[in-house]
Amino acid sequence: MSFYGLVDGSQASLTKYLGALSGVDQVGADARAAMLATRSIKTTSKRWAINTAISMVDLTTLEGADTPGKVKALCNKAVRPDPTDSSVPSVGAVCVYNDMVAIAREHLDLIGGGHVGLAAVSTAFPSGRASMPVKIQDTQDALDSGATEIDMVIDRGAFLSGDYIGVFNQIVQIRELCGSRAHLKVIFETGELVTYDNIRKASFLAMAAGAHFIKTSTGKVAPAATAPVVLIMLEAVRDFYQMTRVRIGVKPAGGIRTTKDAIKQLVLVNETAGPEWLTPALFRIGASSLLNDLLMQRMKLDDGYYASPEYVTID
Amino acid sequence: MSNRIYVKKTYKLFINGSFPRSESGRTYEIKSAKGVFIANPSLASRKDLRDAVTAAHAAQAGWNKVSAYNKGQILYRVAEMLEGRRAQFVDEIVSVTGLTKIKAEKEVTDSVDRLVWYAGWSDKLSSLSGALNPVTGPYYNFTVPESMGVIAAIAPESPSLLGLIDAVAPIIVGGNTVVVLASTKAPLSAMSFAEILATSDVPAGVINILTGKQDEIAPWMASHMDIDGLDISGLATTSHSAVRIAGTENLKRIYSFKSADPGRILAFLENKTVWHPIGL
Repeated sequence: MSFYGLVDGSQASLTKYLGALSGVDQVGADARAAMLATRSIKTTSKRWAINTAISMVDLTTLEGADTPGKVKALCNKAVRPDPTDSSVPSVGAVCVYNDMVAIAREHLDLIGGGHVGLAAVSTAFPSGRASMPVKIQDTQDALDSGATEIDMVIDRGAFLSGDYIGVFNQIVQIRELCGSRAHLKVIFETGELVTYDNIRKASFLAMAAGAHFIKTSTGKVAPAATAPVVLIMLEAVRDFYQMTRVRIGVKPAGGIRTTKDAIKQLVLVNETAGPEWLTPALFRIGASSLLNDLLMQRMKLDDGYYASPEYVTID
Repeated sequence: MSNRIYVKKTYKLFINGSFPRSESGRTYEIKSAKGVFIANPSLASRKDLRDAVTAAHAAQAGWNKVSAYNKGQILYRVAEMLEGRRAQFVDEIVSVTGLTKIKAEKEVTDSVDRLVWYAGWSDKLSSLSGALNPVTGPYYNFTVPESMGVIAAIAPESPSLLGLIDAVAPIIVGGNTVVVLASTKAPLSAMSFAEILATSDVPAGVINILTGKQDEIAPWMASHMDIDGLDISGLATTSHSAVRIAGTENLKRIYSFKSADPGRILAFLENKTVWHPIGL
């Protein structure tokens, strides 16, 4: 299967497609990202940005110690982030490990949270070190349990050793499995891809293989969603839109903990991909502690004095 | 070298163990008692206060875990360092306030002694203020004083050094962390005291010192939800009611003290009661 007719699945066509990419100007990307991070967003714009950022959060718990109770609490928080204020929008999605999907599905349906997405991390997350049949079974399992979004990791070992067609075919297979049942997010783990050139290459590879979203990191490796990395991925989706008229989403994840960080991401989106991307359908932020900081900043805007972490729920 | 230009110190804030300028970029002018320009210290903004509270909040759990004995030792260490730099503090107090050298020396001596005095309270608080309560049943019932969290304080205009120590030391000796606004007119000794803190064993964020105006900073201290208590001993009485109104909104414990006594320490401690079965 081939998407957009860009790559027909052969080694030769993928090499030709990726070979057409130019390298990333590393100094330029760093400087551009740093410059955009200095923008100051205040008052009504800040309120809009906070609400938009809340609606874009993929509220995540990916711990070995996750319990059904914790996942249910997370679902409650996702649907109604501030129990005392119904004007706070729901988040974009809940993101959990595979075996927690059924519990989250049942609970979201129970509390009327059908509008909140349910993302499952898949394909031997976070390392991606498993055989293809295992990865397919992993994904099938999540889909059968009711996931609406699949966050798959790419095989970084294969990518770094130059087996691009192997990585490409894995993404295609998972995308076919998702079909129309679930959106596919492809995680690169940019902290392990070493260079900006690799990040651009991985972005175009994943988009041509049918990804709905490209995602920076698992959250298990630092550095994760640094501003230049997100900038490069946003440039990639912008350029891909020029080629195909299809808009691919971007999801930075890992290391975005404060409202300031989140607003910087929104500035990057607006100035790079464009305002069309400022929607939860095309931009998500993978985070856990970020949501509380967004809520505290929102309280500060409403009340006129600084909030305390003691007045938001612990997740 | 008679043409050498004197290298003047830039007086900055002390937040989280480092010395940033005010994020607002504002400064104000300090003049000697005779009207001669001395320095441009930072004029702290409400965002500097916010940053200081964030730092104090992050440092509190760690500082609270330090044993009482060790807390006392660390405060004593601060006194040692102050003793070693007496001359600098005497000079700063004389130049800014116009006090005589003898009076300035007495203030520094009192400051060192006051630090040692507060240090001594550290490992005695729980025995003096705590209790073993008689209860019906096979249980021990203890009441122990525990830290509240982040406390803010307004140091008095004068004495600038001794007043600062009276504001800071009783708060931290019980395991709280502090954000203090130093004397507006005479902030130099406060910022030099910060240099002592930075090189003593007080962990970063436990003591944060701002310089600026009371009427700008004090109401923000009172309304900040993440500040658990407020010492307004140094606040001008004209600002008291505004601060109390803002602090009542969030049930903040607000106290004012006239002298150095153990009540200053206990005011910012909470009594917690623990049950424990006898024989286990």
